[in-house]
Amino acid sequence: MARVVVDVMLKPEILDPQGQAVQRALPRLGFGGISDVRQGKRFELELDGPADDAALARIHELAETFLANTVIEDFTVRVEETGAAGSPAETVRAVS
Amino acid sequence: MTARIGVITFPGSLDDRDTHRAIRLAGAEPVALWHRDRDLQGVDATVLPGGFSYGDYLRAGAISRFSPVMESLVEAARDGLPVLGICNGFQVLTESHLLPGAMVRNDHLHFVCREQKLRVETAATAWTGDFTAGQEIHIPLKNMDGRYVADERTLDELEAEGRVVFRYLDGNPNGSLRDIAGITNEAGNVVGLMPHPEHAVEPLIGTAGTDGLGFFTSVLRTLSTVGKVSA
Repeated sequence: MARVVVDVMLKPEILDPQGQAVQRALPRLGFGGISDVRQGKRFELELDGPADDAALARIHELAETFLANTVIEDFTVRVEETGAAGSPAETVRAVS
Repeated sequence: MTARIGVITFPGSLDDRDTHRAIRLAGAEPVALWHRDRDLQGVDATVLPGGFSYGDYLRAGAISRFSPVMESLVEAARDGLPVLGICNGFQVLTESHLLPGAMVRNDHLHFVCREQKLRVETAATAWTGDFTAGQEIHIPLKNMDGRYVADERTLDELEAEGRVVFRYLDGNPNGSLRDIAGITNEAGNVVGLMPHPEHAVEPLIGTAGTDGLGFFTSVLRTLSTVGKVSA
């Protein structure tokens, strides 16, 4: 059992009006000092088996063809492992 | 023989019935196509209607793209089948990579619903032959994710190859790059646009007139020219 996290973000050059709307609301809520907000999506995939290279290659393909539209979005794939003490330790395996 | 024009219904399609009606008014026979059915039933052309297929989950058009009917349609479109994507249908066509670029949230974050003035930039597509280049038409527009984006190189290519089919006039309603409202593929058989021609086919409906009818009469003319059906 393993959890793989795919983060999808709009490419830097693509306007993100939702992120801008969040950023504009911040001063009114008393949160100063934040100059920019970008909004994205996080997918948590629970695997039946281990997050080995073959599984990660398949997830990379899944992210590229389905979870992200690479015309407008970038994505990262990483394995999220829970340590023995229960504290999460993340390993970044692939970045695209 | 009367032309048979398919209309694909996805879960969440809204304008499939209006599209059937528009096709009938233009003098052709609408054929209902179902998203889970690979069979295109030998149609002469196909329309992907507007709506919110699969609730716009993930991205507008992203899940529809993988439906069984789309596998057949992508293949048929590459072989020259005339395909028109309206609004959500346009989003499905970009997600399917039948058309370049992508649709993102309107820059002002509001849903747009209004009568929209457009300029027809080219009559050299399967769906615009009954218009003339430069003609101004009025078509209703209603969308949330209507902002057309593509990288600069793609936009330059579209312009250079005459593949920008429609441009917004009198103000850009959603922030689309270069005021693009609709585009076509290299062969001119696949056209996608955000505004809704199927809502402008009868004088009774609103003030937009019947400019939308030209899309459907155009494809009939295209089909008769290639000998698929008699005019």
